[in-house]
This record gives sequence, C-alpha cells and structure tokens, in this order.
Amino acid sequence: MMQYLEVFAAHYNYFITIFLMISGLFIVIARGNLIKKLVGLSLFQTSVYLLYLTPAKILGGTAPIYDGSYKLYSNPLPHVLMLTAIVVGVATLSLGLALVVRIKEAYGTVEEDEIFAKDPEAE
Amino acid sequence: MSALSWGAAEPHLPILLVIVPILGALVTTFLRNSFLAWLVALLVSFTLPFMTIQLLVTVLKTGEPIVYMIGNWEAPFGIVYKVDQLSGYVLTVIALIGAVIMPFARRSVTAEIDERARSWYYSMYLLCLAGLLGIVITGDAFNAFVFLEISSLATYVLIALGRNRRALLAAYQYLIMGTIGATFYVIGIGLLYVVTGTLNFDDLAGRLDAAIIDPGQRNAVVTALGFIVVGLCLKLALFPMHVWLPNAYAYAPSVATAFLAGTATKAAIYLLVRVVFSVFGAAMSLENMPIGDVVIVLSIAAMFLASISAVFETNAKRMLAYSSVAQIGYITLGIAIANQAGLTGSLAHIANHAIMKTALFLALGAVFYRIGSVLYSDIAGIGRKMPLTMAAFALAGIGLMGTPGTAGFISKWYLAVAAIDEGLYSVVFLIVASSLISVVYIGRITEVIWFREPSAAAAQAREAPLSMLIPLWLLVGATFYLGFDTRATVGTAAEAAKVLLEGVR
Repeated sequence: MMQYLEVFAAHYNYFITIFLMISGLFIVIARGNLIKKLVGLSLFQTSVYLLYLTPAKILGGTAPIYDGSYKLYSNPLPHVLMLTAIVVGVATLSLGLALVVRIKEAYGTVEEDEIFAKDPEAE
Repeated sequence: MSALSWGAAEPHLPILLVIVPILGALVTTFLRNSFLAWLVALLVSFTLPFMTIQLLVTVLKTGEPIVYMIGNWEAPFGIVYKVDQLSGYVLTVIALIGAVIMPFARRSVTAEIDERARSWYYSMYLLCLAGLLGIVITGDAFNAFVFLEISSLATYVLIALGRNRRALLAAYQYLIMGTIGATFYVIGIGLLYVVTGTLNFDDLAGRLDAAIIDPGQRNAVVTALGFIVVGLCLKLALFPMHVWLPNAYAYAPSVATAFLAGTATKAAIYLLVRVVFSVFGAAMSLENMPIGDVVIVLSIAAMFLASISAVFETNAKRMLAYSSVAQIGYITLGIAIANQAGLTGSLAHIANHAIMKTALFLALGAVFYRIGSVLYSDIAGIGRKMPLTMAAFALAGIGLMGTPGTAGFISKWYLAVAAIDEGLYSVVFLIVASSLISVVYIGRITEVIWFREPSAAAAQAREAPLSMLIPLWLLVGATFYLGFDTRATVGTAAEAAKVLLEGVR
C-alpha cells in the first residue's frame, strides 16, 4: 500500500495531467452547451502543456544561461514548444467562441438539443 | 518543367513553398477589393505547382531526398524540411488541386459569399494551403502539429463561410473533433519526445529501436503510437471517426468543399503514412500491434457503410461527402495491408481520388452557382440545361466507380493485387462488392440529373460559364488520361512505396 502511495506521490503531476485530460474530454462529450464544450476542450488542450513541462522542468534548475555560477538547467525546448501550443489553444478557443456567437445569432440558443430541435436535419 | 530556372531561389524552394502562400494570405488580408484578392491568390496558387514539380523531379532524378535546414541548423537541433519521393508527390497533388480550382473560385465565391468576407475567404484559403503544404514538407514532428493546426483553423473558417446556418454548426463540430484529433497527435509526440529526446522524424526512427527494448519505455512508445494513429484517423476521417465530414463538406462554400475534399484529408493521410512507416516502421506498428487489422476492418466498414449512406442521401454534396469517407477507406486499406502493391495503390489513389472528387464537387459548384441548390429534387433533369457540366459530372462519376480505362480503376487494381499478394481473398471480393455500391449511388444521381423531368429550378438554369467549365474538364481529362498513362501517379507512387518499405525495420 505504502509502495503505491509513494509511486503516486512521486508522480503526482502526471496524475493531475491525466485527470485534467480525461475530465476535459468528458466535458466535451457529455455537455450539450456549446460554450461548456469549449471549456472542456480548452481544459483538454491545457493538460498537454503539463504533459510536456513535467519532464522538462528540473527542480532548482534555472534557464539555460551559459555561465559558471549555474550548474543545473531546465530543458528549454518543451517550454518553447508549449508557448506555440498555447498560441494554438488560444486561437482555437477564440475561433470556437466566435462560431458560438454566430450560432447564437442564427439559432437563438447555444444548447445543442434546442438547436437540433429547431433544425432536425442539422444533426 | 525541370528546365525552368529558379536562379538563386532554387536551394530555398522548400521553405518558399510555405512562405509564399503565407505572405499571399497576409497581402490578401489587406486587400478589400475581392477581385485583387482573387488575383493574388490565383498568382500564388499557380506558382506553387511549378515549385513542387521542380522539387519532385529533382528527387526522382537523384533518388536522394532534398533536405533544407532552416537557419542552417543541422538536424536534429534545428527544424529541417525534407522532400522525398512521398512528400514530393503529395505536395504536387495538393498544389495542383489548389491551382486548378482558382479560376473556378472567382464566380463561385462572388455568388456564395458576402462582399465583405470575400477577401477573407482567399486569405483563409491561402493559409489553409500553406498549412497543408507545411504538414507534408516538414521533417519535424512538432512542426507538423503546428501546420496541422494552421490548416485546420483556416478550414474551420472556410466552412463557416457557407451560406446556410448549418455551416456554422458543421464548422463548430469539426472544430471540436479536429482539435481533439490534433491534441491526440501532440500527446503522442510528447510521449515520444520524453522517451527519445528528439522531434525530428528520421532521428526519432533511429532512437526508437533502443527505446523499444526497454520494457518501461516500450509502454510509452506503444501508447504514443495509439494516440498518434487515433488522432490522425480523426483528422483523415476514417470510419467511424468521420461524423464531422459529411456536414462540413455539404454546407461549406462549393469551392472550399472541392478544395478540401481533394487535399485536406490527403495531408492527414500523408502524416499517418510518414509516422507509421518512417518513424515507427511498419513492422513495429502494423505487425506487433493489431493496428493493421483494426485499420483493415475499419476501412472495409467505411467502404460499405459510408457507401450505403451515400445511396440513400438526397443532398448531392452530402452524397459525395459520404463517398469520400468510403474512398478514404480504400486508401487506408492499402496502407494497412502495407506491401508494395498496397502502398502503391493507396498513394496512387490519393492523387486519383483528389482529381475525381474535386471534379465532382466543382460540377456541383457550377450547379449551385446557377440554381442555388444541390438537393436531388432541385437538380432533377438539369442535365438537359447544363449538358457540358453534367457530362463532366457523369464521366468523373464513372471514374469514381473504378471503371476500367479511368484513374479510379488503376488504384483499385493495385489494391486488389495487394490483397491477393497477402492471401486476403475475401478483401478482394469486398473491394469489388463495395465498388458495386458506388455504381448504385452514382447511378442514382445520374438518373436524377439526366432522365427526370426538369424541376422548376432546373428549368431556369443555363450552361455554366467557361471559367468553371475549363477547370472541370481539365480534371475530367486527367481522370481518363491517368487511366491509361499511369507514369505520373503509379510510377511515382511505386517509387515512394519502395522508399517507405526500405526504411521499415
């Protein structure tokens, strides 16, 4: 039992990552509200940042500055990759929200079931 | 074509292939006049095929891949763009389809899109093109993800520009599904990066061998493979992950549909082939894991169930969209069989399907331009009013069925040979049987178009303008030309397949 707890404690950020990933995906699938779906999608994308950053960050490590007084560096590459991924995430979220605004204008609602009730063929 | 001199630009063609459309997109953003925006987009999209053909010809001649180091940083430290037989071929298909639809686009876009959104349309079109070319040319796994998202985001906007309010819902649905797919891909790449410490495709392939031996790392590699394959199958709309596709194709503007049907899923297929064969090696991914069997079953399900959906559809664009899902099934089938003939057939079908399906969607685009609808009830009897357009539609449809003498037959022939080589005789039967279903759905719409009394809308129609007929007939001509002279498609595809299979460990 202790052994499992130790594994959990040593890898707790991975468990958080997986929890965020699954809950994000669950919200996308289970919710009928278009905005809540986007929240879930955003959560799902954000969990990936943690997945990349967890192995890259070394506790006590600094930025990779080439100087004699620093010995321990974090890997900068995953950090840079995630900057790009954050930009992608922001773009996706804003485009999604813009689409929801247009959907609200066209259908008068952001609830999936109400939209399909008004326009059965759209499903 | 190779006589064309690029001068000092020649060594930089790989990066220019991406930069030119992105700059074009930037320029069109500032042009409020839609004619000027169209002109810029036309110029850009006509330049690109010359570049890709130059690259492809060079690669085929030397047999060596062209590697372009961005900022002169060597792989694996920097990002490289790499053109080999496979990527050169897919790049050429995408660039040619992108070019051939542009003359068609002006009238169609003018008719279907609001005045103030037209420049944006061309801007998004060029961004999408840049993204698709980028996916194919890059040799870096994360760079491929960024381009995947560039093309996807542009695609969502293109779809949402459709007239019908359902276009918005279709775009939203695709945004959700597409983002999940791309995120799955990036999760897989992240796991691979943790195991190997590199993102370069070639470097990854070299380091995976060592990683697979270690049981702990092997789990991570297998998980990564699962995430990547599922994510990419979402993007390429493999059954049953295709639900976003029919509505997206049905309600997008006509030109956008024609472009996306020919190119968007093809770039995702390329990425799947690249990852499965060049990075993991087919042996690892298709034999030690049941991925090959799963994909074969799903492909066959796509060939049948999507074709049957197409038979009962009453919206012509949706019918063709379902047919696209079925045709993607043929392509993934050959990839999963993973022998020389299977890969050749699949890769040849990438080009053949792109040509035929773009022709079919362009013909419907011309109909939509004239009567504003593609429902069976409205297009009934329109063959009598638009004989040239509808003759092209019928001929491209004949190609799609896989009739001997057309491009569609060639790729299916190779797929059947591949199945025989592997002793999968039931698959041969299923390929033929599913082709018969495509005879039914093409036959049904042909009956509607030619043999029914013209509907009220169709009676008012006139023949499509020349700027629409020329691209349409060019593609139809290619459908038949590539049914006889297969050097361009099968020849190149066979070279690419050989290189891919050589790389397999």
